[in-house]
Amino acid sequence: MNLTLALFLVPAVAGLAAFAIRSNRVLRFLLVGTAVVHSGLTAAGWVYPAAPVFGGWVHLDDLGRLFLSLTSALFLAASVYAVGYLRREAPGRQTDVEEGFLFMNAPEATFVGCLLLFLSTMTLVSASQHFGLLWIAVEATTLASAPLIYYHRHHRSLEATWKYLLICSVGIALALLGNFLLTVAATPLFRNESALLLGSLVKDAVLLDPRWLKAAFIFFLVGYGTKMGLAPMHTWLPDAHSEAPSVVSALLSGALLNNALLGILRAHNVCVAAGPGMKAFSSDLLVLFGLVSMAVAAVFILKQMDFKRMLAYSSVEHMGILALGIGLGGSAVFGAVLHAINHSLTKAMLFFAAGNILAVYRTKSIQDVRGLLRVLPATGTLWLMGFFAITGSPPFGTFFSELMILKGALDAGRTFVAVAYLALLALIFIGMAASFLRMAQGTAPKPIIRTGECLSAIVPPAVLVAATLVLGLYVPPPLLALLRRLAQWLGGA
Amino acid sequence: MVCLVLSNLMLVGSSRIAVCIRFVALQGVLLGLLPLALHHWLLAGASIAIKGTVFPWLLFRAMREANVRREVEPYVGFSTSLMIGVAALGISSWIASRLPPLAPSISPMILPVALFTMITGLFLIVSRRQALTQVIGYLALENGVFAFGLGLVREAPVIVEMGILLDIFVAVFVMGITIFHISREFDQIDTEQLTALKDTPS
Repeated sequence: MNLTLALFLVPAVAGLAAFAIRSNRVLRFLLVGTAVVHSGLTAAGWVYPAAPVFGGWVHLDDLGRLFLSLTSALFLAASVYAVGYLRREAPGRQTDVEEGFLFMNAPEATFVGCLLLFLSTMTLVSASQHFGLLWIAVEATTLASAPLIYYHRHHRSLEATWKYLLICSVGIALALLGNFLLTVAATPLFRNESALLLGSLVKDAVLLDPRWLKAAFIFFLVGYGTKMGLAPMHTWLPDAHSEAPSVVSALLSGALLNNALLGILRAHNVCVAAGPGMKAFSSDLLVLFGLVSMAVAAVFILKQMDFKRMLAYSSVEHMGILALGIGLGGSAVFGAVLHAINHSLTKAMLFFAAGNILAVYRTKSIQDVRGLLRVLPATGTLWLMGFFAITGSPPFGTFFSELMILKGALDAGRTFVAVAYLALLALIFIGMAASFLRMAQGTAPKPIIRTGECLSAIVPPAVLVAATLVLGLYVPPPLLALLRRLAQWLGGA
Repeated sequence: MVCLVLSNLMLVGSSRIAVCIRFVALQGVLLGLLPLALHHWLLAGASIAIKGTVFPWLLFRAMREANVRREVEPYVGFSTSLMIGVAALGISSWIASRLPPLAPSISPMILPVALFTMITGLFLIVSRRQALTQVIGYLALENGVFAFGLGLVREAPVIVEMGILLDIFVAVFVMGITIFHISREFDQIDTEQLTALKDTPS
């Protein structure tokens, strides 16, 4: 059987099966087992690339495989973390940490089933070579992940779920319009064969009608940008990330946002191939949205009271950095693709750590968390490392990728963009430092029941932050070559 | 085409949710007839079945469970909404006339009507308070996008259209379940209630 198909089908079948399983132990075993198989298959795909299937509609190219590997690795980490998490969230009534009322959790079968279906739909996003299929897959990720946000059944998570469903669905409906506009742009090209295959569009991109292509790119950017969390379409993101269980927040930030970015990259790819005029058009739009996202995130991070929301706004910031890097071209594209890897690893790790903090302190308020290093030594250390990594301090990988983007801005002679970029990064550093350092130091404000840190809550974030650290010190030559190839393909150098 | 325009105006001007559901279903059926002209029997059948019967059934069920009959005090009043609807119709014809010329399509009216339907959908989502009406707005938006696609794109692969239809179906299904939970949690589905999450501490 084709490897790419297997990657998609394994979690899909396991996910559907999960709905019928009653035993929690079997469910947890199924979750971790599927994650291990999936990451194994993904790794095998690097060595033995699978042939395209369905007439080239489903195929993992380099970019797709890179993003899929990230998704798969994060999912493996998340599944290990989820086992400890689910054990902690024992069935029965729970007390809400903010308002103190009682609520129920969703059944574990639903949770595990949706997680696995979520993985399956994200795999399909990475493997889609056809814009129509890509759209179907992205919308499916929204639907598979919405029940995950509503794991804690109370009114706040319900509100977050509703906003997520409605805002993302409307956004993605606009991306569908982008699809149709792209087809219109491609009518001079394809009289009878099926259009919208990425490969043939890129090959004959110069023949596309530029006016319709521009319109299509705008709708793709707004549509998938909503899902990716670019400001000003980011409004669902802080709510969903703060109310979802930490495992889910980690996957949303680390994996889902990248998948939405992939949709924009595919459209950008066609624009790059269509000639310098189109490339300038799509690049300028990406730079603009990138800077706006960074600015909006900076404002909200500076005054943030809730640490999970702060991480969510940090995701908005980093998605802005990615859009900016892709838009700037030159060496910034290389930096942006590397940054996507670094950000996913770091952000997922921070959400895991945030989950540990939430479980012990039972609050999301930055004010009420003090003395992390004493109460939870391992989580506290991870929290501080995560802080340095996410703000782009050396020697973490984020430092180098952000530096590459700065270099790209300066090389392109865009001093204003470079200055704004640096100023916003500095502002965000200050905002996050004030909260993170305060949380780590001092003594705990009230008697905290210390519950010991279990391995499943410590090992996944530790591995992820170690990976970011390694990427900062040494990028393996095959990865370097891959990143160069991707950067060139996306119009960089 | 004229029926589509009138159904949009009914959507913005009606306070009774049952009427809105019927008209959005009517739109779906009308759009389902379009692919018949292109001889896509399967697609036409599926979209008429889903949009004409399954969606109304789901929405009526959600309406009964949530026990709402009409849209009370929308953010924009009904007569103002009608005015805005007429203005939107004018704007979409103007935009359509300024777009670059296209390959011959089913009807010259399709472009303005599709744009008008999309604007109507977006307007319903932002101006109404009931979660159910927002779903109806989402469906109208999708109908508009669909009209655009069916009218302009002749060789769209049927399999993609079917996938899109499936996605929308699941979306409405999930939204229906969410509405059910909202009505149980808050005793109503007024989205005014959904304002607990914000950045300033309350």
